[in-house]
Amino acid sequence: MSEILRFRDWAEPVPPAAREVVSKLPEADEGRPPLLFVPGLGHGGWAFAEHWLGHVAARGFPAHAVTPRAGGDLRAQAHDVVQVAASLPRQAVLIGHGTGARVVARALGRYPARAAVLVAPVLDGWAALGAALRSNPAGTVPALAGGRLRFSARQLFGANVPAEEAAAHLERIGARPRADLFGRADLPEPVGGPPVLVAGSPDDRVVPRAALDRAAARYGGAPLLFPGMGHYLMLEPSWAEPIDAVLDWLLKEL
Amino acid sequence: MQDTPDLGDRGGAVCVIGAGASGLTAIKNLRELGFAVDCYERETSVGGAWNWRHDRSPVSAGTHLVTSRPLTEFPDFPMPDTWPDYPHHSRVLEYLERYAGHFGLSDHIWYGMEVVSVVPAGDGRWDVTINSTGGGSSRVQRYAAVVIANGHHWSPVSPEIPGDFSGQVIHAAGYKDPSRLRDRRVLVIGGGNTGCDIAVEAAQHAERVWHSTRRGYWYGPKYIGDRPADQVRHRKGPAWLRERRYRRAAADLTRWGVPAPEHAPFESHPVVNGLLPEYLRHGRIEAVPDVSRYDGKAVELTDGRRIEPHLVITATGYRPRFDFLAPELLDIDERGRPDLHLHVFARKHPTLAVVGLVQPDAGLFPLAHWQSVAVARWLRLHGTDPERASAVQREESQRPLASWSRRRVVPTRRHWFEVDHVDYLRTVESLLSRLEGVK
Ligand SMILES: Cc1cc2nc3c(=O)[nH]c(=O)nc-3n(C[C@H](O)[C@H](O)[C@H](O)COP(=O)(O)OP(=O)(O)OC[C@H]3O[C@@H](n4cnc5c(N)ncnc54)[C@H](O)[C@@H]3O)c2cc1C
Ligand SMILES: NC(=O)c1ccc[n+]([C@@H]2O[C@H](COP(=O)([O-])OP(=O)(O)OC[C@H]3O[C@@H](n4cnc5c(N)ncnc54)[C@H](OP(=O)(O)O)[C@@H]3O)[C@@H](O)[C@H]2O)c1
Repeated sequence: MSEILRFRDWAEPVPPAAREVVSKLPEADEGRPPLLFVPGLGHGGWAFAEHWLGHVAARGFPAHAVTPRAGGDLRAQAHDVVQVAASLPRQAVLIGHGTGARVVARALGRYPARAAVLVAPVLDGWAALGAALRSNPAGTVPALAGGRLRFSARQLFGANVPAEEAAAHLERIGARPRADLFGRADLPEPVGGPPVLVAGSPDDRVVPRAALDRAAARYGGAPLLFPGMGHYLMLEPSWAEPIDAVLDWLLKEL
Repeated sequence: MQDTPDLGDRGGAVCVIGAGASGLTAIKNLRELGFAVDCYERETSVGGAWNWRHDRSPVSAGTHLVTSRPLTEFPDFPMPDTWPDYPHHSRVLEYLERYAGHFGLSDHIWYGMEVVSVVPAGDGRWDVTINSTGGGSSRVQRYAAVVIANGHHWSPVSPEIPGDFSGQVIHAAGYKDPSRLRDRRVLVIGGGNTGCDIAVEAAQHAERVWHSTRRGYWYGPKYIGDRPADQVRHRKGPAWLRERRYRRAAADLTRWGVPAPEHAPFESHPVVNGLLPEYLRHGRIEAVPDVSRYDGKAVELTDGRRIEPHLVITATGYRPRFDFLAPELLDIDERGRPDLHLHVFARKHPTLAVVGLVQPDAGLFPLAHWQSVAVARWLRLHGTDPERASAVQREESQRPLASWSRRRVVPTRRHWFEVDHVDYLRTVESLLSRLEGVK
């Protein structure tokens, strides 16, 4: 597909839709680029609002999380991300989690991000599906027929997440995956050549270690690993560790 | 601004002339490839034509885009999707200001500075003389390359009409809002988008309106059903079907005295105006042929008729101007028409390029974007791998003109740079693939 001749976007532009954006701004504007977080399947901006947004703002970066339109396909969701990124006063850093990383990867073909971070990225849906079937067959099989994907605590969270907390998060996570969020479509070449970091946990039961390596290799690097954590790095007790490492990396790259 | 020992020598930096849409995207794309850039803008802010505060801005209070958002916006920085399909000019300026802010472009722009001379310094570099428009200071700086983005819609051209006219004559560039039309008899000359826009405003405000065109045109609507016409035009389908759709959508106004076009659609720059046909049908606009001469209070038309307008507005277009360099650098002929590869690259000067000098049948910004991506990659290759650069140059010199330039056009000045945006972008894409891997 040509990135220059965009007949589809010219003839049928993605229509506008409501997009929820949560923001936390630093006390003083130090001229740092804004960070735009993109959640994956089944959760919303709240997952970042829990700990990460406040922490990021405290470290001097404007922090935003967008929840792309519900039920949107990959194209529409990437459009939502680019729309919000372009509305920010400065070139943004895009940070996607899970299938949100895939939305970010797609958005990178359309928006020259200052940098990008793919956290526990589901870029290759089949690998993720395989992992899901292994760790939670009962919750996954119905989704294959278009039903709701049900997760188990053991599948999503590391061993050190208290059971009732995990249960509360699970309540809010509900996913009906769309086929195109899972496919293995080509990822576009990021425009403007931004630095891209892949981060995740070798103990993630949704995104296997090999998938992390592949994702990082796709963008020319090695993944940053946080052993012992589950899929939702931003909701675990040690949430500060990965986000601090990401911010340190950013400061080095900028 | 001195990172080299000699204050006037800017080393590998690139000079960009103008901070309109084309200059802004040139700065952004050159910076993205790592070039140092100094942009000079003679006005005190960005936006060029879209900044109505600028004396030379050709827009008037009522101007809306004629190209819809998806075909107008930069391909990597969309306009808000909640904006109207054809935003008002003030929004286009806001968009360009946001673009400049978002990518931090203002740090590289020197405002109130006019480039008055660009001279080859030998060795492929350029001596650029810049004057402060506030008067006084002038300086010369040496650059590795020059990218001209000075626009081609700011130097008005008016027809030379014999005789004397006792009423008032202005060029459309000086028309700012309808107040000067109120209760007057107005003759608008010119059937481009400007002439049609002003004829419509006159129909809304003036006592009587004549619209003079020297030929027939395809008057395209802004909408087909509930979709912008240019979006419908890009739906999948064979070329003949799309052409038929266009022909059917265009208004047949011959019943109202408007001549039928004697050329195929897109052989003249497309007119997009949903209101003009209505006002002709309502009798608020009277179509008249070309003007032959002035005679005191009267204007004589080529069909012999005499009319007596108070005000004549010539919406007869603009001409490109490159006063700051010797014409041969851009192969400019005696009529003032430059001859550039892809309307961008100076044929004999690999470090001299022009961005935005095209008249597409769609928005200009996307073309200016891809042009400047190509210029940036070309300059990089030229600076780092001369051998491969000459190979690319050789290949490019074989590219047939007809593959990127619209060859069948009404042969008047305004079609010098007419391109079919799809053919044109396809060509730039193939040039970019020849420059593949350049970083
Ligand atoms: C009335 C009107 C409506 C239009 N509507 C549309 C539309 O709907 N869609 C569309 O795509 N296009 C439209 N256009 C075309 C329009 O020209 C382009 O959209 C766009 O503004 C061109 O940008 P540019 O940067 O190439 O030129 P400009 O906007 O003209 O900018 C050139 C800049 O260079 C500066 N400059 C010039 N010479 C010098 C110098 N020697 N030294 C320093 N600075 C210099 C000028 O001050 C100016 O800021 C319209 C044009 C007109 C006249
Ligand atoms: N709303 C908008 O967004 C908007 C509004 C205005 C303009 N624009 C754009 O701005 C650019 C300039 O448009 P424009 O309308 O100002 O100029 P233009 O496209 O050059 O049109 C000039 C018109 O004047 C006629 N003309 C030229 N010289 C003449 C002469 N000596 N005697 C009689 N008629 C003469 C031309 O006829 P020929 O066809 O015979 O040459 C043509 O009809 C275009 O790209 C246009 O699309 C956009």
